[in-house]
Amino acid sequence: MSVEVRGATRASAAGARRPSRLRAAVRGAYIVWYRDLLRWWRDRQRIIPSLFQPILYLVVFGVGLGSAIGVGISGGRGAGAPGVDYTTFMYPGVLAMSVLFTAIFSSISIVWDREFGFLKEIQVAPIPRTAVAVGKALGGSTVAMLQSAVLLALAPLVGVALSPAMVLELLALMFLLAFALAALGVAIASRMRTMESFQAVMNFVLMPLLFLSGAFFPLQGLPGWLAVLTHLDPVAYAVDAIRRVVLSSAAVSPEVVASLAIAGPSGEPLPLLAELGVLAAFIAVGLALAVRWFGATE
Amino acid sequence: MVTGELATTSPMSGREGAPVVEVEGLVKRYGKGDGAVTAVRGVSFAVYPGEVFGFLGPNGAGKTTTISVLCTLLRPTEGTIRVGGYDVVRHPDDVRRSIGLIFQDPTLDSQLTAQENLDFHAFAYDVPAEEARQRGRHLLELLELWDRRDDLVRTFSGGMKRRLEIARGLLHRPRVLFLDEPTQGLDPQTRGLIWRYLLGLRQSDGVTLFMTTHYLDEAEHCDRIAIIDHGEIVALDTPENLKAMVGGDVVTLRTDDNALAMCEIRERWGREAQVHGPELRLEVERGDEFVPELVRTLTPRVETISVNRPTLDDVFLKLTGRAIRDEESSDVDSMRQFGRAWGGGRR
Repeated sequence: MSVEVRGATRASAAGARRPSRLRAAVRGAYIVWYRDLLRWWRDRQRIIPSLFQPILYLVVFGVGLGSAIGVGISGGRGAGAPGVDYTTFMYPGVLAMSVLFTAIFSSISIVWDREFGFLKEIQVAPIPRTAVAVGKALGGSTVAMLQSAVLLALAPLVGVALSPAMVLELLALMFLLAFALAALGVAIASRMRTMESFQAVMNFVLMPLLFLSGAFFPLQGLPGWLAVLTHLDPVAYAVDAIRRVVLSSAAVSPEVVASLAIAGPSGEPLPLLAELGVLAAFIAVGLALAVRWFGATE
Repeated sequence: MVTGELATTSPMSGREGAPVVEVEGLVKRYGKGDGAVTAVRGVSFAVYPGEVFGFLGPNGAGKTTTISVLCTLLRPTEGTIRVGGYDVVRHPDDVRRSIGLIFQDPTLDSQLTAQENLDFHAFAYDVPAEEARQRGRHLLELLELWDRRDDLVRTFSGGMKRRLEIARGLLHRPRVLFLDEPTQGLDPQTRGLIWRYLLGLRQSDGVTLFMTTHYLDEAEHCDRIAIIDHGEIVALDTPENLKAMVGGDVVTLRTDDNALAMCEIRERWGREAQVHGPELRLEVERGDEFVPELVRTLTPRVETISVNRPTLDDVFLKLTGRAIRDEESSDVDSMRQFGRAWGGGRR
């Protein structure tokens, strides 16, 4: 018995320390987050090519569809007011789209990483599973925010003049949206056994969240059933919040901005705080599922 | 662990001191109710400090499941398991600190350098920085990777990656290093090299090695081997004793009338030959004396004949009636293929 005890203490004294669970959790979450960031930075030559898709959307839909619609867009309640140029309208939607895709791709990669990568290594380290799940969601969302932040450089091209304060506001909103999606992605990936189910996630989760969010068309004056669906899409509230910030710095009258916003029960635009509340609830649900499912041991 | 202490945990000394791995009645079932699959059905064994312990069996026999339970990746359905003196269910974090693990598939981050992979590991295991630096250098030098420490792992060969994983697995001074199919997919020369390093590290570090394999030649490096089939240990002994179970030499022959040959062998020598495809196989004490007599007296014409010292393959065949080969494919296998299709994955 004495041999066993001596051996055990020797192993922990010489090599790995025996830290508190909190210390292990913080270190664990940090290392998972830091690794995502390091990989993103090391792969930075991919940042420019990855901007191609959002720019394509902006040009093809913004200019193409914009000219088909002609006058631009105004909300249902802002009849008579000069509309918003469609490209300007879509720009916040494209920001959100970039956040959505980058965040969810980053999380889904754990399906692979868990079997054949660093994450498998981390799973047998003396680190609580919860910390790994949170670290991964934080890593994915930080990368998604940084990656999408590059798109802010396009703002002047669509007639948007962003002040430093607005850039910070947008970054904060983009991070929150990214965190919700990354957490949801970790939850989904925890339940996926193979990469083949990835297509299903795209079709049944990501695309509906994106298309119903009002990223590409205003949510006013929709048929009742569609209006219900859009109100159920948590991403819609984030897109709306981002759009308000963007449009407030474009040459758009406050009435039009208000008319495009998601309306609350009274018909007035929903307060920003309420939209942040929806986003917070979305994050809470995503994170709870992520921690629960990722932490499950067979 | 200091080199001076090696005398007390000297390798080859066998079963001295308390076991470093103790498994009693391990059962692992996946799923519940009617759909439940039992992967491991009541396995018990102990591994002692400094031993090289091998788990030998075909794919799907329960090797990886057992190792996953010992490493706290899976929960046992039944049984008591202690690793490094700690219970795997009650003190998983203590178990994790006392073990190193090398998986079947590489788990290095290929976008990072060798040194960074070690640094991440040291950080996760909370190894003090100075200690991690010295220990890392020592291991990288030993495994002949020191010159490549600042290169991206992406540029490494399969054998180099394995060596780096060994260095990483030993960085936090574990008492047991678990290796799940450590030389899977490597060419024979590299496999030999990896073994040389592993046995050298056992000598210099006194670490216990617990490995699974389905390469029979490789299992012969072990001090003791447990042969596992369908979730049960069918034999546990030294390679020599296991081979002695086969009883002498193995004669394999092909004749122009195998059925008649079998009859004659039964009548004249009282031995039961087994049919394996186009060949007959039987065990005799002295193959060198038996074969000339057999060829001389057998009525059917002997087309080919060979005598071999028994291998673990013969042991496995004798115990289970089957040869070791890949039997099952899993989700992980299909993902592995997916990864190859993607050009090694985007790791």
